[in-house]
Amino acid sequence: MIPNAFDAAASRRRCLGYRRRILEISQQVTALHVAPAFSCLEILDAVYRGLMRPQDVFVLSKGHGSVAQYVILEDLGVLARADLDAYCTKTGRLGAHPDYGVSGISASTGSLGHGMGMAAGMALAERLKGTDARVYAVLSDGECQEGSTWEAMLMAANLALGNLVALVDVNDFSGLDRMSEAHPAFHPLPDKARAFGWETAEVNGHDAGAVVAAVDARKGGRPLFVACRTVKGKGVAFMENVPIWHYRSPNKDEYATALAGLVEIGG
Amino acid sequence: MRNSFAEAFHEAAARDPRLVMVVADISPAGAMDRFRKAFPQRFVNTGVAEQVMVGLAAGMAARGLRPFVYTIATFALFRPYEFVRDDLCYQNLPVTVVGIGGGVTYSTLGGTHHAQEDVALATSLPNMAVIAPCDPAETRAAAAYLASEARFAHGPVYLRLGKAGEPALTAAAEPFAFGKLRYLQRGTDVCIVGYGPILKNGVDLARRFEKAGKSVSVVSCHTLKPLDEIGLRGLLASHAHVVAIEEMSPHGGLGPRLKALAFDVRAACRLDTFALQDSFLHVYGSHAELLDAHGLSETAIARRLGLA
Repeated sequence: MIPNAFDAAASRRRCLGYRRRILEISQQVTALHVAPAFSCLEILDAVYRGLMRPQDVFVLSKGHGSVAQYVILEDLGVLARADLDAYCTKTGRLGAHPDYGVSGISASTGSLGHGMGMAAGMALAERLKGTDARVYAVLSDGECQEGSTWEAMLMAANLALGNLVALVDVNDFSGLDRMSEAHPAFHPLPDKARAFGWETAEVNGHDAGAVVAAVDARKGGRPLFVACRTVKGKGVAFMENVPIWHYRSPNKDEYATALAGLVEIGG
Repeated sequence: MRNSFAEAFHEAAARDPRLVMVVADISPAGAMDRFRKAFPQRFVNTGVAEQVMVGLAAGMAARGLRPFVYTIATFALFRPYEFVRDDLCYQNLPVTVVGIGGGVTYSTLGGTHHAQEDVALATSLPNMAVIAPCDPAETRAAAAYLASEARFAHGPVYLRLGKAGEPALTAAAEPFAFGKLRYLQRGTDVCIVGYGPILKNGVDLARRFEKAGKSVSVVSCHTLKPLDEIGLRGLLASHAHVVAIEEMSPHGGLGPRLKALAFDVRAACRLDTFALQDSFLHVYGSHAELLDAHGLSETAIARRLGLA
C-alpha cells in the first residue's frame, strides 16, 4: 500500500452516492437497517477502496449492515443493479443479512458474535497455506458484548494472527440502548482489546482516509483492532442516534427529507 | 474408539495437508498426540472455548482447509450449537464435528457430561450428516471416509464416538459404507438394529434369541443421517421381530424414525425400541451401571423382551 494514496475526496463522493442508493432501496422494503448501514459506510469504503487487494478477504460480521456492503459491491460490479433492485424479494438473491455463496460474500452473518471467529479461522488458513492474504472484518460494537467475540479475540492473539484486521463500528448503540448509558463498563473498548493482546488504534470512523491510515500505520505481528468512532444513522439528521432507525425504513415523506438533507461527510 | 479415530486421521493427514485438527482443551492422548507432534501447525487447541473452536474451523473450511473439531460430545455440539448451526450447517461447510463420550459414557461425571440428546439435535440440522460407529474398527473406517475426497463433496458431519476399550463387533461384518446399513450377521427371524458401542448389548441379545431357536440379524445403523430408509424398510419387511437399541434420548433418534417408517410401509413385524430415559438420573457408577439404570443393560432389555 502506498501511503496517502487513498483519495479522501473521492471517498466522500462515493459515500454520498451510497447513502442515496441505500435510501432509494429503503423505499422497496419495510425494514432495511438504514442506520447501522450509514454508521459503517466510510469504514467499508476504506476497506474496499483503500485496503483490500485481490487476494484479501472481507467479512461483514455485523450482518445487519449488509446493504452498505451491497451498494459497494454494486459499485464495484460484483453485484448487478438488478440484484439490489430485487433486494429482499422472492426473485432476488440478497437478503437482509449476507449469505455465503453470493458473489462477494465470504460468510453468512446476521447472528452477532460469529464473524470474529470465522475471520480468525480464515486468517489462520491463509497462514497455513502460506499466502500473504489478509482478512478484514467489520464488527458492530454491540456484538462485542457477545462472549464468542472475545473467545475469538483471545485465540487470534494467541495465534499471533498478524494478517487479521478487525474494524469495529463504535456507534455506541445496540438495538435498544445507548451503550455508554445502558452498559457503562463497555467502554473503553480499545483498552480491552489491548489487554487481550491486540494492537489497537482509534479513529473517526466517518473519515475513510483515517481508517486506511490507521491500518497502514500498524506495527504488525499480531491482530489489529481499530475502534472506529461513528454515529448511528450518520448523514440523515433525524436518524442520527435515534434507535428506531436501527430497523425501520423511512416513509415517502421521510425519504424526501432524508434525501434533501444528504451532503458529503467531511473527514 | 478415540485412538482408532486418531490413528486413521493421522494417516490421512500425513497425505493431505488440508486436514486440520481443532480441539478445545481435550487431552491429546495416544495417537492424537503423535499427530500433534508430527504436525504442530495443523493442531490447534482453542482452550476452554468451544464457540471459537467451531468458528475457527468454519473460517478455515471457507478458505479451502478440511478441519475436524474435537472434544467431549456435550461441548462439541451443545455448547456451541448455534455456531454449528450457522457457521457449519447454514454455510454447508465440510467440517467434521467429533463428539467423544456419546450417550452416558462419562458415567461418573454427571449430567453435564452426558450427551443424551446429541443425535436428535445433530440430525435436526439441515445439511448435517451424522455417523455413530459401533466399535473401534468401524470408527477407523468412518474416520478414513471422513478424511477422504468423497466426504468433502458434502457439508458438515457430526461423528459420535464412545471413549476407549469398546469391544470389536464388526470382525465378520460387511464393509462400511457411508449412509448404508451394515449387517454384522444376517438372520431371518429377529433383527437387532442400533448404533454406537451399545450395539454390544444387541450382539449379546442375539445370542439369547439364538438359544431360543431364532435366526437373528444384527445391524449397525452407523449413519443416522442420511438414514438408509431403503435398508430399514427392507429390514422391517424381512423380519418378524425388530429390536432397536440406542444410547440416546427416546425423542428424535432411530427408534421413532423406525416406528414412522414401519407405519409408512404398514409393517407387520413386532417392533420394540429401547433408548435412554428422558431423564437426568443423577446416578453415578460404571458405564454399564448407568446403562442399567436407564434400562439399557443387556439383561434389562432381555427382561423386557421376556428372554430372561
